[in-house]
Amino acid sequence: MSGYRATPLLEVRNVRVEYPTRTGPLTPVKDVSFSLDAGEVLGIVGESGAGKSMMGSAIIGLLEPPGRVAAGEILLEGERIDNLSRAALTRIRGRKIGLVPQDPLTSLNPLFTVGQQLVQTIRAHHEMSDKQARARALELLTEVGIPAPDRRIDQYPHQFSGGMRQRVVIALALCAGPRLVIADEPTTALDVSIQAQIIDVLKRTCRDHGAAIILITHDMGVIAETADRVGVMYAGRLVEIGPLRSVVSEPAHPYTSGLMSSIPVVGRELERLSQIAGAMPRLTATPQGCAFHPRCPKAFDRCKLEMPELVPAHSSQAACWLY
Amino acid sequence: MTTRTAHLSRLGELLGRAYNSDLFWSFRHTPSAVVAAAVACVFLLLALLAPWVAPQNPFNLSALSLMDSELPPVWVSGGDSRFFLGTDVQGRDIFSTILYGLRISMVVGFASVLLAMTLGVSLGLAAGYAGGWVEALIMRIADVQLSFPAILVALLVNGVARAALPREVFNDVAMLILILSIGVSSWVQYARTVRSLVVVEKEKEYVQAVNILGRHPLFIAGRHILPNTTGPITVIATINLALAILTEATLSYLGVGMPPVTPSLGTLVRLGNEFMLSGKWWIVIFPSAALVGVVLAVNLLGDWLRDALNPKLR
Amino acid sequence: MIPFIFRRLLQGLIVMLVVALIAFGLFHFVGDPVNNMVGQEVGGEIREQLRESLGLNDPMIVQFARFVARTATGEFGVSFRNGVPVSTLLLERMPATLELVFCASAFALSLGIPMGIYSAINRRGLLTGVIQIVSLTGVSLPSFVVGIVLIIVFSVDLGWLPSSGRGEVVKLGAWSTGLLTASGLKSLILPSITLGLFQLTLVMRLVRAEMLEVLRTDYIKFARARGLSEGIINFHLALKNTLIPVVTVIGLQIGSLIAFAIVTETVFQWPGMGLLFIQAVDFADIPVMSSYLVLISLMFVIINLVVDLLYYAIDPRLQIGGPQAGGGK
Repeated sequence: MSGYRATPLLEVRNVRVEYPTRTGPLTPVKDVSFSLDAGEVLGIVGESGAGKSMMGSAIIGLLEPPGRVAAGEILLEGERIDNLSRAALTRIRGRKIGLVPQDPLTSLNPLFTVGQQLVQTIRAHHEMSDKQARARALELLTEVGIPAPDRRIDQYPHQFSGGMRQRVVIALALCAGPRLVIADEPTTALDVSIQAQIIDVLKRTCRDHGAAIILITHDMGVIAETADRVGVMYAGRLVEIGPLRSVVSEPAHPYTSGLMSSIPVVGRELERLSQIAGAMPRLTATPQGCAFHPRCPKAFDRCKLEMPELVPAHSSQAACWLY
Repeated sequence: MTTRTAHLSRLGELLGRAYNSDLFWSFRHTPSAVVAAAVACVFLLLALLAPWVAPQNPFNLSALSLMDSELPPVWVSGGDSRFFLGTDVQGRDIFSTILYGLRISMVVGFASVLLAMTLGVSLGLAAGYAGGWVEALIMRIADVQLSFPAILVALLVNGVARAALPREVFNDVAMLILILSIGVSSWVQYARTVRSLVVVEKEKEYVQAVNILGRHPLFIAGRHILPNTTGPITVIATINLALAILTEATLSYLGVGMPPVTPSLGTLVRLGNEFMLSGKWWIVIFPSAALVGVVLAVNLLGDWLRDALNPKLR
Repeated sequence: MIPFIFRRLLQGLIVMLVVALIAFGLFHFVGDPVNNMVGQEVGGEIREQLRESLGLNDPMIVQFARFVARTATGEFGVSFRNGVPVSTLLLERMPATLELVFCASAFALSLGIPMGIYSAINRRGLLTGVIQIVSLTGVSLPSFVVGIVLIIVFSVDLGWLPSSGRGEVVKLGAWSTGLLTASGLKSLILPSITLGLFQLTLVMRLVRAEMLEVLRTDYIKFARARGLSEGIINFHLALKNTLIPVVTVIGLQIGSLIAFAIVTETVFQWPGMGLLFIQAVDFADIPVMSSYLVLISLMFVIINLVVDLLYYAIDPRLQIGGPQAGGGK
């Protein structure tokens, strides 16, 4: 990274998330650091259980107790947000950081109309009259592509189809004007046929509102369409992070190479789908040294003993002793 | 999730496993459950050993003396050290009557739960496994009965028995009638739970496999499906036990339960009721306290059991 | 919606018929009706005449139909115990019971709901611990014990409140109410608490459990993620989601209260339907017993139906259909 840069929008420094249990603490996020600039789209990929959602929850301050950020710092616009009081955190959520959760069906309160939920959120963060808030809500619904918004605004969530609901959720995430939106698996619960549309809506509206996106997903296809940069998580750490092109076409970390080559390309004949042997280690059984070494085709002695840090590799950064 | 089957031949192995299991760990670490279990055990022991533990046999009329009647507890002036908790109008030692009453209350409680469980589980199994009109009929009856409070059903069965039998005969079989009434009034929950469990299990592959092997449906139901229902059934039974004891006490208090000659705790309360207004509070308070103590202990155990067996709350 | 109502009405009708059958069975098979009326010494011929005039020799179906017709028009027969028409007795005693049930419910709800909400929001805390203990003992206390203890403390020892009866009542047409006199109100206090205590603990536990469940849902989490304050989340959103299932359970509980009034009325010698019923059971007064049964069943069926309709009215998911046309995906 070179030249003068403005203060990044978000800085995550050596964050560790812990869950105390009967038999000792579990650490789903072991040591993650990255930064995000205003308006950027950062994709975070990894298998289930790699710690991506935990990371997202930690940033927005919604870790379920007894989970907590045990180490590290999270800075938004240069100020720490990981050590704020509950009241201060409540003010930030929605207003500075928005969340697009995974399941639109269960994320919308079934007993309140879409309009009511929008207006509630808007008025919680801005001094506005009911009418003004409602007008704003109508604007948002139009932006996310809900047809006949003046009729739909007074309908209940169960009257919307899955894709429409997710658009409403996006509107809700953006209605208070956040600078950062965390989208946690926003398309996983939707039909494949509408996933692309929703990603499109997400990207477009966030850009129009000047919001950066952290897109958490296990679906590489979604990332490839949307992200500016990509971070790959494995066993609670970032093993590679860099511009989209670099990570996808010239993956530096062996795990990333494995991931990329396991994606079948339409139109090319394959004998068998290639896969990475083995499975990601469980939280209670993380190997010493580099967590990937048992499965890595390029592992050597040092990998078993020491944990690698992110270092420049090819055009991105990778945590691997190869570099 | 392991199924908790209890075959006699594996009892030893199971006890060992039980001690180390999650359930027992939860038990050991929930102080209220331990205290409740201890209290319940004490009550149980007292009830079982009543004839030997009680200082006096309150039903041996020749041992009673009216001179001793209506004495207060030993710590109040006028009390007699022979009668720890005082005496009632007939000179019976309250402590002894409570022990015997406890015995009767617990017998009726356990027996009616057993009856309800047998009835409910069998009907639930039948309904779930047979399906069709059998299931429909049983479930409709269950629904209809469920819309009435159990105590009303118990009262009804009781009232019918009373009207049908001459008074002397009724007194003799009062306990049986009570067990029947309470049992009949509470089978529904077992049936419903078992039925829904059976319906789910029936579709599972291991059942279909055994079916293909040609085993008789009853065998399948009893040997394979039934063990999977023990968890929920146990929880229902514990809650039901407390309710059964309460219902019996209520019926006896109302005068349609155990007669004064063989009183349960509820009957004792009713008999003591008359003396409430004349200041002889011990005749009514101590039996009441014993009753509350038993029910509380059983309820605490039931609560703990429910929380411990509920996978969602772990 | 209409077919739903129709189905529920039909169900209710079937229940009533079954109950009528049981009541009819009581009348005719439990003890001999003629015996009940005239005693053992009366000779054979007179009995035969009595049987004929009572229509006891007609086929069962006819007798049953007659029974149903008579019951439906409110003619419940005559009490064995005191020869008074049962319908008169019931009507006389109904206001007492209904008033008691009303006050008990009011007591249970006005305390139970706030306590449940408080203990759900403040999961750990001294007051919540106390509330938990109260709720546990409440479930374990038989209501007659509660009544007795209350009487001992407030009537015998302190002498503040009466231990039995309704006090002075004011007649408003067919209804007699104790709410308009001081002694009437004082008489209502202890019985209402006794009857309502069990329901109080039930409501409290239910509200707490429901609310805890609601507070764990995704939509509440999303609401937090949007920065809505805890106050709004607890008292505006979660409350609404909690109360809807709770309201229906409470409605069904009212039927239960009417039945449990039997015990409370016995403890306080409250001149209501419950006491009447117990006296009937003790005396084997079949007409009163079976009429009470039919009347109670009718009340239950009506309450169940109203509660179902209420549920329909409050939950928007049941009113309007699913996803509507008028939009792409």
